[in-house]
Amino acid sequence: MTRLLPLITAIAVLTLLLLPVVLPWSQFIITIAIAKGFAALGVALLLRGGLISIGHAMYFAIGAYVTAFMMKSDMLGDLALLLLGSTLVATLVGLIVGSFLVRFRAIFFAMLNLAVSMVLFALFSKLYGLTGGTDGMRVSVPAIFGNVLDKAAFDGVLYYVCIALLVIVGFLVRAYFKSPLGYGLKAIHTNEVRLEYLGVSAYSITLIAYTISAALAGLGGAMAALSIGHVLPEYAYWTESGHLVLTAVLGGIGGVAGPFIGSVFLEAVHTFAVDFAADAWNMILGATLLLVIFFVPRGLFGLFEGKPAKRASADEETGDTPNTAIEGGAK
Amino acid sequence: MLNSILPLLVDGLANAALIFFVAVGLTLVFSVLRILNVAHGSFYSIGAYGAASLGLWLVSVGANPWLSYPALLVSAALVAALFGPTIERLLVRWTYGKGEAIQILVTFGLFLILEDLQRMVFGVQSLYQDTPMTLLGVTMVGGVVYLNYQILLIVLALIVLIGLRLLIKRTRMGRLLAAVVADREVSEAMGINTDRIFMLAFSIGVFLAALGGALATPTTGVAPGLGAETMVLAFAVAAIGGLGQIEGAAIAAVIVATAKVLAVYFVPALDSVAPYLVMLAVLMVRPQGLFGVAETRRV
Amino acid sequence: MSQPVLRAEGLELAFFGVKAADGIDLEIREGEFLAIIGSNGSGKTTFLNMCTGYLSPTAGTVYLGEKPITGMAPRRIARLGIARAFQIPQLFTDQTLLENVMLAIASRRGIWEGLKPLNRSVYVEEALELLALFGLERHAETITGTLPEGLRKLADITLALALNPKLLLLDEPTSGVSAIERFSLMEKLMAALRSRQMTALFVEHDMEVVRRYADRVVVWDAGKIIAEGNPAQVLKDPKVVERVVGVV
Repeated sequence: MTRLLPLITAIAVLTLLLLPVVLPWSQFIITIAIAKGFAALGVALLLRGGLISIGHAMYFAIGAYVTAFMMKSDMLGDLALLLLGSTLVATLVGLIVGSFLVRFRAIFFAMLNLAVSMVLFALFSKLYGLTGGTDGMRVSVPAIFGNVLDKAAFDGVLYYVCIALLVIVGFLVRAYFKSPLGYGLKAIHTNEVRLEYLGVSAYSITLIAYTISAALAGLGGAMAALSIGHVLPEYAYWTESGHLVLTAVLGGIGGVAGPFIGSVFLEAVHTFAVDFAADAWNMILGATLLLVIFFVPRGLFGLFEGKPAKRASADEETGDTPNTAIEGGAK
Repeated sequence: MLNSILPLLVDGLANAALIFFVAVGLTLVFSVLRILNVAHGSFYSIGAYGAASLGLWLVSVGANPWLSYPALLVSAALVAALFGPTIERLLVRWTYGKGEAIQILVTFGLFLILEDLQRMVFGVQSLYQDTPMTLLGVTMVGGVVYLNYQILLIVLALIVLIGLRLLIKRTRMGRLLAAVVADREVSEAMGINTDRIFMLAFSIGVFLAALGGALATPTTGVAPGLGAETMVLAFAVAAIGGLGQIEGAAIAAVIVATAKVLAVYFVPALDSVAPYLVMLAVLMVRPQGLFGVAETRRV
Repeated sequence: MSQPVLRAEGLELAFFGVKAADGIDLEIREGEFLAIIGSNGSGKTTFLNMCTGYLSPTAGTVYLGEKPITGMAPRRIARLGIARAFQIPQLFTDQTLLENVMLAIASRRGIWEGLKPLNRSVYVEEALELLALFGLERHAETITGTLPEGLRKLADITLALALNPKLLLLDEPTSGVSAIERFSLMEKLMAALRSRQMTALFVEHDMEVVRRYADRVVVWDAGKIIAEGNPAQVLKDPKVVERVVGVV
C-alpha cells in the first residue's frame, strides 16, 4: 500500500483536476467537499488522540467569518491574503482556547468544546451590527494577486487552489502523523501515564494537535466562505460539529485521505438526495453513520487501506485491545 | 426594580423547570448507563409534538378542556413506551463500555434519524396549543400578572425532583439502580438483571425529556430545530450540575435560568450566551461539575 | 562506598489515615541492584510513585544526586534520568512493539524533531537492538495490546531501558512471568543493566530472585523499613520471616 501511495495520489489528483472539464457541475460540490474535508481532517486528527470535539465547527466558522470581515475592508480582499489571514486567526484562537481545553479528556473535552462553540454561535447570531446577526454576511469575489475576476472565473481558480492546498497540506499532515509528535498523539489515546513517564509532556502534544486541527478547520472555513459567497452563524452550530465528526469517521481516521473521501462521498450523495429524498437526508446520513460504525469501523478509507498491522497469532494468549482507533473504553 | 425583575424570575424559574426535566433525564441515563445521549433532546421535541398534536385533536373533537392536562402526561408516557425500550435494546445497548467517541457518534446518528422522522410525521409547521395555559388563568400580585401555568411547572419540577429522590432512596428498584451505578459487575454477579435496569433507566430518561417537551408546548410551541436547541441546553445544565447528579441538575437549571434572566435584564444581547458562559466557567474550574465526583487513575 | 544515586529522607504519606509511608529513609548507591520486599499494601509501589513524581509525599524529600526532586512532574523526573517499569505493563496498546520502543527512543532524544519521520533507520536499529535484549525482535511488528501478559511485561521494561536512565525502578519485574522463565529473564535483565552501568531498584515478591540477584535488600512493613542489608542475612531474620517471607 505504501509503495502504491504516490500512484494512487497521482491518479486521484489527476481525476480532480480534470473533473470540472468533464462535469462542470461537480466543481462547486468538490470545492465545498474539500473545504469541509479540511475541517473533518482537523477533527480526525484529534480523534487519533482519542479526543472527540463536538465544537470544532467553530474554527470552520472563524475561518469563514474572518474571510468575510477581511473582504469588507478595502486592503485585504486578495485570495492569498484571505486564506492566510483566516487560517492564522483560527490557529491563534485554537492555540489560546486549546491552552485551556487540552488539559481535559473524554467527555469533558467534548463538552467544553461544545460550550465554547455555542458561545461563538450565539455571538455570531446576536452581534447584529458586527456580524449581520442571523442573516450572516455576504462575501464578495476577491481579487487574485490584484487581478479582479468575475465569479465564474474566480470559482475556477479557487477550485484549483483548493486542490493544490489539499496536496500540499495533505503531505504536511501526513508527515506530522509519521513524526514522533504524531505517534505521541496516538499514545495520548492509549497511555498518557507511560507517555509522561517517557519524559514527554502530554499537554504539549495535545496542544500542538489541537492547534493544527483548528488551523485546518479555519482554512476549510475560508475556502467555504469564498466558494459559497456567504457566511452564517449556523456554521458554528453544534450539529455542524457533529457532522464534521461524522465525516471524519465515515471516511476513516487512519490516514489523511479518509476525511476527504468521507467529505466528497457525503457531498455527492447529498447532491443526489436533494432531488428525490430532500426530507430524508438527515435520516440517510444517520443510518449511514450507524452502518459504518457497526460494520466498517475503520471507515471508507479502511476499505482501500489493506490489512491492518499484525496482531499476535491465534495460538498465543492475547490481551485486550481496542478494535478501532476511535474505540477503547474510558480510562 | 423588584417589580420588574420578579416576573422575569418567575419566567426564568418556569424555564428552569422545563430544562430541568430534560437535563435530569440526561443525567439519570448517564449515571446508570454511562452514556452521554446526544439524541436526548430529540425526545423533548417528540414529546412536544406528541402533546401538541394530542391537545389540538382533543380541541377539535370538542373534548372537555380539562382533559388537556392528563393528555400532556399521556403523550409523554406514550413517547417513552414507544421509544425507550426499543432504542435502548436495538441501538444504545451496543455501545456500553465502548469509548465515548463511539457513544457520542451512535447517538448523534440516532439524533439525525429522529430529526427527519419528526419532520416526516409532523411537518415543518410550528404547532401550538394554549388550552392548558389559558384554562389556569393568571394571578395578580402587586399589580404584576403571573401565569398560573408557570407556577404549575415549577411545582411539577419540584415534585419530579422529590419523586426521583424517593424512587432511588426508598424503593427496591431505586436500590437496584444504585447498586448498578456503584458496580455493574458485582451487581450482575449478585443476580441483578442489569439489562432490565438499563432499559428501565433509559426509558425513564426518555419519559422525563418527553414530559419536559409536553409541558413546554403551551408556553412556547414546537417547531423544527427545537430538539437540537434543547439538547445543548440540557448538556450545559447537566454538565454544570455534574453528570449523574440529580440535585445538581436541579440547582444548575436554576443557576442557568437566573443567569439568563440577569442577562436579559442587563445585557439583552447576551441572553443566549449566558448558559454556555456559566458552563465554561464552571467546567474550567471543576470539570466534574459543581456536584460531580472526580475520578483518578491508579498505577 | 560509592555515591548515592537516589536518597529519600523522612518520606511520609497517608491515605485516609493509613500510613503508606511513615518516615522512610533510603539510599540507593551507584551501580547497586537494590531489592524492596514487603507484604501487599506495605507501601512499596507508593514509594516508587513518590520517587517518580506520581504522588507527592506529605513530608520528606527525595534527592536525585544532590538535586531535590519531590513535587516535580513525572516527565521532568524522567528527563532527569529515572525510568520506571510498571507492575501492570503500561504500553501504547494500539501501536506496534517497534513503534512503542521508537517513541521511547524519540522521547529520550527530544521528541521535538519537527516533521522528521519516526521510523528513521537510526531509531529502527536502536529499537531492534533493545528488543533483542529480551528476544522480542520477532514481535516487533505486533500490536502490543495483543501480546500475551508475559511479553507485555518485557516490553514495558524495554521501554524504560530505552530511556537509558541513571536509575531504573522496576515494580515486580517477574510477576506475570512464568516460574520457568523467571531466572532467564533476570539473567538478561542483569546483563543489560551491567553493560549499561545502570543502577536499579526493584520491588519483588519472589524471595529466590531476591536471594540470587539483589546486592542489598530493604524490608518494608506498614510504611516503615524494618530491616535492611545483605539478602542472605536479612531473609533469615526471624522478624522478616514472620512479617514478609512467611506470607509470600
